[in-house]
Amino acid sequence: MATAVLRPAPQIVAHRVDPAPRGLMSWLTTTDHKRIGILYLVTSFVFFILGGTEALLIRLQLGEANNTLVTPEVYNQLFTMHGTTMVFLFIVPVLAGFGNYFVPLMIGARDMAFPRLNALSYWLFLAGGLVLYGSIFWSPPEAGWISTVPLATSTYLPSGGVDAWIYLVHLTGIASLLGAINFYVTIVNMRAPGMSWSRLPLFIWSIMAYSLLLIIAIPVIAGAVTMLLLDRHFGTHFFDTAEGGSALLWQNLFWFFGHPEVYILILPSFGIFSEVLPVFARKPIFGYKAIAASTMMIAFLGLLVWVHHMFTTPTPLVVIIFAMISSFLISVPTGIKIFNWVGTLWEGAIEFKTPLMFAVGGIALFTIGGISGVFLAMFPVDWQLSDTYFVVAHIHFVLVGGSVFGIVAGVYYWYPKISGRMMSETLGKWSFWLMFWGTLITFMIQHSLGLDGMPRRVYEYPDVGHLQLYNQISTVGSWILGLGVLLTVINVWRSLSHGTIAGPDPWKANTLEWFTPSPPPVNNFDEIPRVRSLEPMKDIRREVERQSKEGAGARPQVPGEVKVTA
Amino acid sequence: MLAGGLSIALVLLLAPSALAGSIIPESGGSPAANHISNLYTITLYIAIVIFIGVEGTIVYCLYRFRARRGREAKQIHGNTRLEIGWTLGAAAIVVALATITFLDLHSIRDPSNSGPGGLDLSNGVQYETTGALKPPDGRALTIQVNGAQFYWRYTYLGVSSNADGLGDPYTYYQMVVPTNTTVVLKVVSQDVVHEWWVPQLGGKVQAVPGYVSETWFKIAKPGNYKGQCSFLCGRGHARMIAEVTAVSPQKYTSWLAQLQSNLTAADINDENCRKELAQGNGPQSVEFTKDC
Ligand SMILES: [Cu+2]
Repeated sequence: MATAVLRPAPQIVAHRVDPAPRGLMSWLTTTDHKRIGILYLVTSFVFFILGGTEALLIRLQLGEANNTLVTPEVYNQLFTMHGTTMVFLFIVPVLAGFGNYFVPLMIGARDMAFPRLNALSYWLFLAGGLVLYGSIFWSPPEAGWISTVPLATSTYLPSGGVDAWIYLVHLTGIASLLGAINFYVTIVNMRAPGMSWSRLPLFIWSIMAYSLLLIIAIPVIAGAVTMLLLDRHFGTHFFDTAEGGSALLWQNLFWFFGHPEVYILILPSFGIFSEVLPVFARKPIFGYKAIAASTMMIAFLGLLVWVHHMFTTPTPLVVIIFAMISSFLISVPTGIKIFNWVGTLWEGAIEFKTPLMFAVGGIALFTIGGISGVFLAMFPVDWQLSDTYFVVAHIHFVLVGGSVFGIVAGVYYWYPKISGRMMSETLGKWSFWLMFWGTLITFMIQHSLGLDGMPRRVYEYPDVGHLQLYNQISTVGSWILGLGVLLTVINVWRSLSHGTIAGPDPWKANTLEWFTPSPPPVNNFDEIPRVRSLEPMKDIRREVERQSKEGAGARPQVPGEVKVTA
Repeated sequence: MLAGGLSIALVLLLAPSALAGSIIPESGGSPAANHISNLYTITLYIAIVIFIGVEGTIVYCLYRFRARRGREAKQIHGNTRLEIGWTLGAAAIVVALATITFLDLHSIRDPSNSGPGGLDLSNGVQYETTGALKPPDGRALTIQVNGAQFYWRYTYLGVSSNADGLGDPYTYYQMVVPTNTTVVLKVVSQDVVHEWWVPQLGGKVQAVPGYVSETWFKIAKPGNYKGQCSFLCGRGHARMIAEVTAVSPQKYTSWLAQLQSNLTAADINDENCRKELAQGNGPQSVEFTKDC
């Protein structure tokens, strides 16, 4: 066994490497995309824990028929905070966190295009979260995460909870908008030499779609909540049908944002699946172009389908039919993605590491959500299923199975890069199995609850039929899921000090972030490698191998600290 | 997972009707609900095939292609013919689903004529033909469903001669309808958004302030059909329940007449009480002579 340690290029070409600044002030004033990424990741995980706790309380209340654990008021506040937190304060920003950390690294850039704007995005996001959670000391919002009018107007909810929600949407919205513009500019302008669009990693494609959708959707919701604010406090009547406004206008505006938002939440997780699968199947991604194209196709079609959230409203039939057809069309590119992922596993040599398990488990769970989505797209069927627990089940298979499993796969996959240490595989696998079965048990039975006539957002239900049994199954599942999440949180914490040293490229991965040391230096790359394929690290490893075979002692041409065991 | 899917499919084949409310939607009250249930069930068969296909292949890959000694991953980047094939396959399924939806749409959405044995709507009895939704012969019993925090009020339109419907009889919570009679509901709201839903009678419609949503049902069997508001309308949302009671047309007619006379009597009584209150020297000095 011969080990050739190649001298890292930074020591040769760097003129001046600043030591990373330390201390609290350095974090408060940082404009380094990696530190901002870490701030995003840590903050959004704190909100994830809060939103998860709210979910567990919801499930506790529903664990028994006619339960009185919480009052109707508190119950409505709980599900409003849960939905708002998970969408605006966990999934969107955690993806921004991964994007911040890895977009520059994966495209071979030294930072984002606008580093200070990037810092502003983070602090606005944090401000939005603090405004929303500040309201729990007075009166939290209780009109649901969709804040439908007229319930959300001052006539029916005069207290400040809805206002806190409005400011949350504004603050996190500006944060996302600025972040999206930043990602877009960075990806378009700052790619490494040789990284053409056909060599762009699929995670970067997904961040591109995420950014474009945010740029299109955020202004609409910003306008809508501004109108709501004016209606609430300044005497306008945008949403008051009796005064010439329209209560349906809110639903149209909200869902014009709300549906693309679902793709904003899920496409980057799909990007993570597309990065993780080829690495652990030790095989190139199957159908790269089809996956990239389907990402953009889903983003485009996602802008046309919002009316499928409004099938039960008095909307003209022709509009409803259009929404059904466009929703059906989305299932084609979505199906293409799933087939390509399966194609990537096919004939591979699959290594059962935790990131792979979360990615494959996520795809398996998301498939259930994708299929139940087809039922909901058929509007006559949706007339039965809409606003019931069937929809709750659907959205959780999509967002837990798709988004959250992708995010956790990303955590296990990239943690070594961010921290320089490996996470525990044992804890990781325990966490996976608990989360996988927890998700299945919690949400599978909720389809039946919906079919059995249980609407969503009810704080109690009568003890008839199987309602209580089904709800109890779901509640037990939620605690299994919660335990699984907890193990990953413990794993993240513990591995900071206990994890084995990772080295630059512990997975033998394909993309450029693995070219840098772990954690990467402030400037990421002293010398940016030329990209010659979709899998630059594979090329670099091959080159190193070739050179080390050619002659021991010959100094390799390849920069970076690359260790090869032959 | 595979076994689970198969057993679900098997159960479905054996006893579809027994599974309403756990694997397929509730039905049995009205034609619309039955047709929705059929449409759902056809989709479910297709869904189960896709589910078993995809999940089965994933499980197969994980077992068959797991890393082990001597296993080399095949370095392929795609397969154009296969990719075009599954794109077309997915598109074909979508076209099939759209087709069956359109085939079933008419019988779900559009009311059919009242059946034999229904309420006689021919000779000037209450019915309205205004609104978009009506059966081919234009004759249906029309009931206004008014959602409010946190109750439902039903106005049996066309009974009185008042054009504004103010003289029409009304009930709360429980709606009474005749069997075998096409009933069109005009669903409105007087405050926030509510949603009318009685699962066994069909799909739901939102009650949006300022708008009129329409839906219909025709009940063959006498009985009680329960439902509840399904759109978050505030703290009492969970208790905004509804019940539709179907009785024979004869019972319905006499019940409606009784309701009408009760309401009239109550109105007269009420009016007298108010007069008395107005003539008195203040609330304390009023001596109520009637049942106020
Ligand atoms: Cu209601």
